[in-house]
Amino acid sequence: MQAWRQAGFWLPLMIVFLWGLAVLLIRQDTARETAFTLLMCVGLASSLNILLGYTGYVSFGHIVFFGLGGYTGFYFLSQHNWSLLASSLAGGVLSAGLAGLVGLAVLRLRGAYFALATIGINEAARAFVSNFEPFGGATGLFVNFSAYEQYGGAGPALWTAFTFLWVSTLAVLATSFLVKHSRFGLGLMAIREDEDAAMVMGVKAPQAKTIAYVISAFFPGIIGTLYFFKNGNVEPGDAFQLHMSIESLVMVMLGGQGTVLGPMVGAITYQGLRGYLLTSPIFKSLHLAVAGLILLLIVLFVPAGAVGWVRGRFPRWRRVLE
Amino acid sequence: MKRKSLFLIFGLAVLGLVLALFTQPSPSAAAETKTVVIAFTASQTGKLNVEGMRQINGLNLWVEQVNAAGGVKLPDGAAVKVAAKFYDDESKKERVQELYTKLISADKADFLISPYSSGLADAAAVIAQQYNKIMITAGAASDSTYKKGYTLIYQSYTPASRYLTGAIDLLAKLDPKAKKVAIVYEKDKFSTDVVNALKAYAEGKGYQVVLFEGYEPGATDFAPFINKIPAGVDAVMGGGHFVDTTTFAKQLYEKKVQTKMIALLVAPPEPKFAELGEACISVIGSSQWEPLANYTPELAKAAGLEWYGLSVADFTSAYKKKFNEEPSYHSAGGYVAGLILQKAMEKAGSADTAKVKAAIDAMDLMTFYGRLKFDTSPKAHGLQVGHDMVYIQWQKDAQGKPVKQVVWPEAGKTASAFVCPVR
Amino acid sequence: MLAQLLPSLTDGLLLGFVYGVAAMGLSLIWGVMTVINLSHGPVIALGMFATYLLFTHLGVNPYLALVAVAAFGMLLGFLIYGVAVHRVLNAPHLSTLLATFAVNMIIIGVGTAVFTTSPHNIDFPLGSWEIGPLTLPATRLVATLGAVVITGALYLFLYFTRPGKAIRAVANNRQAAELMGIPSARILALSFGLGTMLAAVSGGLIATFFPFTILSGGPYELKSFVICVLGGLGNPLGALLGGLLLGGLEGLIPTFMPVSWVPVVEFGLFVLVLLVRPSGLLGAK
Repeated sequence: MQAWRQAGFWLPLMIVFLWGLAVLLIRQDTARETAFTLLMCVGLASSLNILLGYTGYVSFGHIVFFGLGGYTGFYFLSQHNWSLLASSLAGGVLSAGLAGLVGLAVLRLRGAYFALATIGINEAARAFVSNFEPFGGATGLFVNFSAYEQYGGAGPALWTAFTFLWVSTLAVLATSFLVKHSRFGLGLMAIREDEDAAMVMGVKAPQAKTIAYVISAFFPGIIGTLYFFKNGNVEPGDAFQLHMSIESLVMVMLGGQGTVLGPMVGAITYQGLRGYLLTSPIFKSLHLAVAGLILLLIVLFVPAGAVGWVRGRFPRWRRVLE
Repeated sequence: MKRKSLFLIFGLAVLGLVLALFTQPSPSAAAETKTVVIAFTASQTGKLNVEGMRQINGLNLWVEQVNAAGGVKLPDGAAVKVAAKFYDDESKKERVQELYTKLISADKADFLISPYSSGLADAAAVIAQQYNKIMITAGAASDSTYKKGYTLIYQSYTPASRYLTGAIDLLAKLDPKAKKVAIVYEKDKFSTDVVNALKAYAEGKGYQVVLFEGYEPGATDFAPFINKIPAGVDAVMGGGHFVDTTTFAKQLYEKKVQTKMIALLVAPPEPKFAELGEACISVIGSSQWEPLANYTPELAKAAGLEWYGLSVADFTSAYKKKFNEEPSYHSAGGYVAGLILQKAMEKAGSADTAKVKAAIDAMDLMTFYGRLKFDTSPKAHGLQVGHDMVYIQWQKDAQGKPVKQVVWPEAGKTASAFVCPVR
Repeated sequence: MLAQLLPSLTDGLLLGFVYGVAAMGLSLIWGVMTVINLSHGPVIALGMFATYLLFTHLGVNPYLALVAVAAFGMLLGFLIYGVAVHRVLNAPHLSTLLATFAVNMIIIGVGTAVFTTSPHNIDFPLGSWEIGPLTLPATRLVATLGAVVITGALYLFLYFTRPGKAIRAVANNRQAAELMGIPSARILALSFGLGTMLAAVSGGLIATFFPFTILSGGPYELKSFVICVLGGLGNPLGALLGGLLLGGLEGLIPTFMPVSWVPVVEFGLFVLVLLVRPSGLLGAK
């Protein structure tokens, strides 16, 4: 079965491709800002899904890869004048490398213990970075405004960042599909169902889990660099926000864990809703409560998420909704 | 049949979309109403709400007074009304960038005022510069913001590097034998800039900095820091923003720390600081402005500067009347941010960004808030170079109630500073 | 150095008692039903606000108010358990984590709407006591005393009353306990209620000496994780020892390192203990 022959491969890719293209064509700042936030969430949720959805390991501190990768990329960008492409790749590689190192040890823990350890890692990383002088310590790093000149000024630089993000998101979705439909992916899902049984059947669980962890850490590092480049600065408080981590979890759950399309649907729905609630005067403060209520209802009544539910109800759609 | 109706619906939808695109009002039509939109986010809630609210009050007073006077008068006789547009940023940086983008692109802001605090203003400054909008910062003293290559960001506060250095001079006068200084500060942009300059200045004057440590923004427990202050220290300096500094002052009192002088940032000049009661007595703070300030048109004339705007007394009484509270320097900072824009628009004769920028670059005047002049070198564009700090100390009045007195500089003082009593 | 160590360690240990009470609730819930209660932090914050409201608006002595706060915490626990936890108790771990986190979001969201995120303060100074070279704010001493009393009461309850023994039986082996005729659903709800009650009370104690916002529970929740792992997850009385250990560390580390390194050491240690001895430093192997 080749990926490019399947509708399930093309559906999420085409949606993101056409959407990004439309934004690039109309060239409107507001549309770009909205799309940037949404695509970022799609990317973060989809990469989390590669670990959470396929192997069943709940990483509560996944944002550590966004933060550390973003910090690294931004460090090279602002302090050593690397190009955006090189520095975002550096961010991704650092995140992936860190996941490889930490993964072997931490992934031995199961269930809630793993979740707790990832929270601990995120908090330790935050505390460390705010004491780490090369990264600017507690006050963080910033990019001198003249750095935007090489992209033709601040406006074009923002468009460059958006284009990069668009391409990265497409890459995450394609990777997610390819992993799911590979032999490796089947091994991951066997781990999800019963890790001990999978090992008996010949799945090399420690390696497989670590590779999944590495893949799911790579993309947040890139996205982090792009995000901080757009913002022009980075501080420990913004880089390691536990609640962003958990919001990605909510997006994955909302759309359907273990599906390719699900995290995308979840991210767009959740973030769209949040964007609306944030600026409406009544729900401004309540947006968190509303999001919490939705999460609770999903966990209690639709644990498979939206896409998972449709797949369960209408088996004929399964080929399209991967 | 079914297919036909589908086509019909689709066709109608496309037609509707096209029509919607074409009937959108063009932006030039809106400009003719002669209203400029001044946009900002306000820390109405969150950890900076005390200072943030005063700043907004000051700014709103300016908006109200300008519009009551018929708007900003341009040289060609036209008048421009001012409309303020703002959202609550909850004292959170992540909200600031999102909201400033929205203020610029969706709410069509002409000019921006910064949110309160260097951290938030720094985040907003990037957006302002990216979208080519002038932003006057109020309550954003950190020097670093103005050293990032921005050209449209202007500071109304005395920069952080000159925030607390006067306290060292005051200490020298208070006790010439003093040698040891302990510095405990909030690890954010503003306080870090302040204490780095303070440390260099103190060491340059021969003082020994015996403790130099930062606490996380939002810290509530200062015991670990207070325990590290060595016995026999002559002065404790530092702090950060209102909430944490107030807690620090309170815990210094509870722990009965013996020292000759306590000089802290931001909190002491706020009238609300008096709620600490006994713990606030003798605490010194640096202030951008005080209701007791003696800036007058005569003073401006003597210094060869142009005087602009209302008098200190008029500002204080108008503010008290409207908000039923004593103005603090945060209130004055909010008001003066608007005043700068008003003067620049009057001079430029329009609300065009480039023309107003030229007017602010050339500005050098005296107001109720003091002198205003901006650095125009490319290295530190927009940095405030005209304005100076005063230092206040909480003392007791005849009834034993806490009262704020200006104690430094020598020329403008209303009372003499005294050494911390035994606690 | 030594002159600094004594007051620093004392302050750390005093605070450790209060940390211990906060962590006890988390540990109890984990021990009985292997659920990590992610709504723990906001419940602590609600405890702070409940004490604040009773003190500021009704003029109740904050220590007296703790009794009402305890009752409120217990009821809140029943509610959370009934609505969010009971249904997913036997589902995979992710479900209970997310369900309790959903409760966390709801409490924070509603709390932000009601109280905003502005800091609040209970102004009830009791002065300071000077003991030799130490100057100790009385509010902290009273809070320590409170923590000791609460721990003692919990011990008596768990070991000498019928419901307490039932809780321990269910924690040991739910199936077996059910076979012995223990109504496990009711016992589970009771333990969840006790857990949130402890969290709310610890919040009330903390509120008497630190300013707080609706988000203030977060750091204590994170500290509680660390404490539970140090003291052994699922061992509520071990949590007090874990709390003292953490408090002691917080007093000790600043004497030879900048204070800002404390969380690095804390969370580094936390991850390390999880990896090496997931049952906790003091937990049974």
